Amino acid sequence: MTIAPDAPAYTGPIAHLTRDDIEQLGRELDAIRQEVIDTRGERDAAYIHKVIKVQRSLELGSRAVLLASIFPPAFVVGTVGLSIAKILDNMEIGHNIMHGQWDWMRDPKIHSTVWEWDNASTSEGWKHSHNELHHTYTNIVGKDNDLGWGIMRVDEEQRWTPSSLFQPAMNFINMCIFEYGIAAYDLELGRVIRQKKKGRRPSAEWQMAAKRTVAKIRRQAFKDYVAHPLVSMVTLSGPTTLLANVIANFTRNVWTHSVIMCGHFPEGVETFELKDIPENETRGEWYVRQMLGSANISGSKFLHVMTGNLSHQIEHHIFPDLPSNRYAEIAPKVRALFDKYGLNYHTAPMPQQVASAWHKVVRLSLPNGFLESTNVRNAPKQVVKLVKAVRGDTRTRRRLLKEFEAAGAASVGKAV
Amino acid sequence: MEYMVEMSTSPALFAPGEVRRPAWRERFSRKAWGVAEKIATPLAPADYLDMFNPLRPGADLRGRVVKVTPETADAATIEIKPGADWDGHAPGQYVRVGVDVNGVRHWRAYSLTHGPRKDGLISITVKAVPDGKVSSHLVRRLRPGKIVHLEQAAGDFVLPSDLRGHKFLMVTAGSGVTPVIGMLRNLFPVTDEGVVEHQRLDVTVVHVAPSRPDSIFIRNLESLAEAGAIRLVTRYTGTEGRIDIDTLTELVPDLRERKAYACGPAGLLDHLQTWYDEAGLPLQTEQFRLATVVTSEGGTVAFTGKTVEAPGDRPILDAAEEAGVLMPSGCRMGICFGCVLPMKEGAVRDLRNGELTVARPGETGPEGVPIQTCISAAAGECVIDHPAS
Repeated sequence: MTIAPDAPAYTGPIAHLTRDDIEQLGRELDAIRQEVIDTRGERDAAYIHKVIKVQRSLELGSRAVLLASIFPPAFVVGTVGLSIAKILDNMEIGHNIMHGQWDWMRDPKIHSTVWEWDNASTSEGWKHSHNELHHTYTNIVGKDNDLGWGIMRVDEEQRWTPSSLFQPAMNFINMCIFEYGIAAYDLELGRVIRQKKKGRRPSAEWQMAAKRTVAKIRRQAFKDYVAHPLVSMVTLSGPTTLLANVIANFTRNVWTHSVIMCGHFPEGVETFELKDIPENETRGEWYVRQMLGSANISGSKFLHVMTGNLSHQIEHHIFPDLPSNRYAEIAPKVRALFDKYGLNYHTAPMPQQVASAWHKVVRLSLPNGFLESTNVRNAPKQVVKLVKAVRGDTRTRRRLLKEFEAAGAASVGKAV
Repeated sequence: MEYMVEMSTSPALFAPGEVRRPAWRERFSRKAWGVAEKIATPLAPADYLDMFNPLRPGADLRGRVVKVTPETADAATIEIKPGADWDGHAPGQYVRVGVDVNGVRHWRAYSLTHGPRKDGLISITVKAVPDGKVSSHLVRRLRPGKIVHLEQAAGDFVLPSDLRGHKFLMVTAGSGVTPVIGMLRNLFPVTDEGVVEHQRLDVTVVHVAPSRPDSIFIRNLESLAEAGAIRLVTRYTGTEGRIDIDTLTELVPDLRERKAYACGPAGLLDHLQTWYDEAGLPLQTEQFRLATVVTSEGGTVAFTGKTVEAPGDRPILDAAEEAGVLMPSGCRMGICFGCVLPMKEGAVRDLRNGELTVARPGETGPEGVPIQTCISAAAGECVIDHPAS
């Protein structure tokens, strides 16, 4: 779905808002931001110091326990601990420090310009693609590569091709190896390969970045899969330590992938077309795009910490540089603004959001209207048609896609 | 005043210097450290070691507060156990102390008020100045056990290595007494029996303060005077009026024969300096309250190799780019932190909410204050550590 408030027949989610409303909303959000900045201080600093201390203690403790991982209980405890430590490092600590949320402390060790995280992607590459591109161009199709990471169809208006059928499988694989997926994505590997096929050589800058990423991956892999298992060989726990590291990295991959899917993919979260974004987007308009393009996860305090407070994705996207421990505090105020301006505050428990996100991935892997117009009775006929669409020439495909779309619209209409 | 900035050296398992160790041990410790780095990546081994002992050899220089003793109503002496790599100091030198106040790291320079001590502790005496958030924090809120950040002692406000043949004059005003007390304590150690006068020296101390109760260390000065170690001249400006060079020459007739040291506020120091310069005599001065950064609307931004005019209503990023400076940039709206550069000196205003960020040399960390150039406008003369081309 797209929003294009200036289009003549616009009926999108902000149709009821005037320009003045949007700017007023922006001012009210600015006030919330200022309130947090004015009260930022010792309590917040104590929070991040504590999280870092807990993470390091947990990692050290788990690694120590894994030295005896030949004993199954030690293996289980160490693996769980290491998984949690890696998740904390990536989410509540790394992601948020690299956002500059803690730069105000002027602590040269906890600063966006120096922080490095336990992930295949270099902090430098990630900061560019995440902070700069994703947070600025949030959910703009074609501009924000986080939307489907450039490998998926995430919007009805993106053209369906037969290869779209593979996207649930692609998404699953990406989930399992997510840290490498991010590293490749930060390097815009897909674009560079496409260009290379056209005979264009990647820039020197890119080659440097690629070199750094390869070095980082090597360091990371050596630590997890060679150094620590070797140390554990003292107690013959090498293989089990290796396995524990594999599981911990895998768990972290699946977890972070799921959390991030929940942030922008669930059904009902808006995406935007570049042509619809005004040349000089105002602060208010930018805010609205962030508000409609993000979804929250409801849950316990522990869940919020484990998601790096990306469970407050809406608050995070409106104020990416505020300390993460404050998102929960301002959430009621932000939500009140959603209500006041008649906008949909998208929040649900994690299983529901993950399922919804996957539903969207599967739905869009199929032609528009296919899923809506398919039921148990007509399923075989629909599949045959789909195969025709895959195999047929461009004209046939175009015709069939139109039929699917029409059928989908009709069945949705019936349901309403 | 010049500040020496000593960057921390590369990590070493053992303190460098002192005992020369065999080459194989040197090689081994370097290898061991290399392995530790591979195991600790992406963090550094130091990050883990600091959890257990932040004062260990090889760590960034820090100190642990041992004792906080009130001196006057608004001054306190803080005794600190410095990290293992503390190089020691000469009496009269100062140390830069980094402390987190309300979550934000601030650096200030304070005179060391003892010579090198047997117990290895260092001490500073801090007067809470009005609106001084750091000094107030140190005097009223700092508790034993707290870790503070340190740099090595620095400063050339020290006595000559050979004291023979010199007569001394020390003019101290307000908390300017602190480096002088460090010198005197070293010259005249005090035991339970009183002042141990181990050197026959001719020292005159002129102490200027609003009143006696306002004077830090006045009892120490008085007991040194009673013991005959120094000649003490006090001038309480609250009742006796301000001091100038005429009153000073009256109080100290042999002024011209004395090697002079002065520490206090800028006004007094400038006054003395002018007279000493005209008289062709040397004067050692020390001043801690540095001239404040003058803030304005707009200003200039000095990059390495080029200075750019920057208006008060536009981001430094834009002004610098238009002037041909290659700047790092990102979202251009203050959210991505891709444009952050260190400001060594000056003031900038956040264009979103008007908030001022100030970097005073000597009061900020050695690496300066990082600022987001895309939402910061110049609010004075700024110096940014970034090459212009």
